[in-house]
Amino acid sequence: MAQAATSASAHEQGQQHPIRLYLVVWAWLFILSACSYLVDYFQLEGFLRYSLILLFMLLKAGLIIAVFMHMAWERLSLVYAILVPISAVLVFVAIMAFEADHTLLSRLSFFALGP
Amino acid sequence: MTEQAFSNIDAKHSESSGLRSIAADFSSDRSAFRNVSWGKAMMWIFLLSDTFVFSSFLIAYMTARMSTTVPWPNPSEVFALTIGGVTLPLILIAIMTFVLISSSGTMAMAVNFAYRRDRRKTAALMLLTALLGAAFVGMQAFEWSKLIHEGVRPWSNPWGAAQFGSSFFMITGFHGTHVTFGVIFLLIIARKVWRGDFDQERRGFFTSRKGRYEAVEIMGLYWHFVDLVWVFIFAFFYLW
Repeated sequence: MAQAATSASAHEQGQQHPIRLYLVVWAWLFILSACSYLVDYFQLEGFLRYSLILLFMLLKAGLIIAVFMHMAWERLSLVYAILVPISAVLVFVAIMAFEADHTLLSRLSFFALGP
Repeated sequence: MTEQAFSNIDAKHSESSGLRSIAADFSSDRSAFRNVSWGKAMMWIFLLSDTFVFSSFLIAYMTARMSTTVPWPNPSEVFALTIGGVTLPLILIAIMTFVLISSSGTMAMAVNFAYRRDRRKTAALMLLTALLGAAFVGMQAFEWSKLIHEGVRPWSNPWGAAQFGSSFFMITGFHGTHVTFGVIFLLIIARKVWRGDFDQERRGFFTSRKGRYEAVEIMGLYWHFVDLVWVFIFAFFYLW
């Protein structure tokens, strides 16, 4: 019992991490943002462009959520309760991509200026 | 006897890890998020709902952009600025990104100093965060007025697909509103920190609950979320 009480009070004091950790993450976010800006600056095209944009985006998002928002040190039940529902967004993206494809196809076949 | 038996079960549950610990937490017949205060849990749940709002906007933008037969305006050219005779693509957006990331960095450090109960440094860092946030909103206002001046409207624009304007104003407008409210709340919490409300556990004027330094972390969660949303807007709207 006493053990449980002390561990609870230790958590009660909140997140304690060295300032250095935040500065390192901050520097990485700067580097990754600069990289994603350079993707546009050098006018990279096609698959390379989109994969690099997505890569830098996901790395930045992961750093912000894990370190700045302290998700890495949260209890697993909270982490899952927040992150699992977001997969519904991916399903929605897939549905709407199909839908948009279909719309484009109908527009091209019915409204195209032709003979 | 029975109490001891229960506490043994309890200890076993809290020790388990992975999916087992999740099952134990949700079936524990009491608050599911153990060691997480209700304030923090509620902020997380609010942020989840806000995630869905912004996702819907971005998905609507994706649908419009994928299904239009008219070419989409090139954001790299639309948002280019000429500084000292040199035309730089997306330069204002890049500066805005760095400003917002910096504000996230100062906020993270404010949270850290708050848990060390360093009243002055926390308040100063929060004020700096608010200042950077206000600078971001200012630059966004400049960007909006520049585009409106160039003839971008929600229903038309000079360069291509009409949905460009509506997507742009909707998405960046909603995000800018979030930043603005964030700045307001940052100033409110910073004032409380400065006044020592959280050291004296002074009760809030609205909730009448004792002030705690956790309020700074909860504020930080919101602020980092605003930065997080910008990461996705930057990638999908400006770079894609």
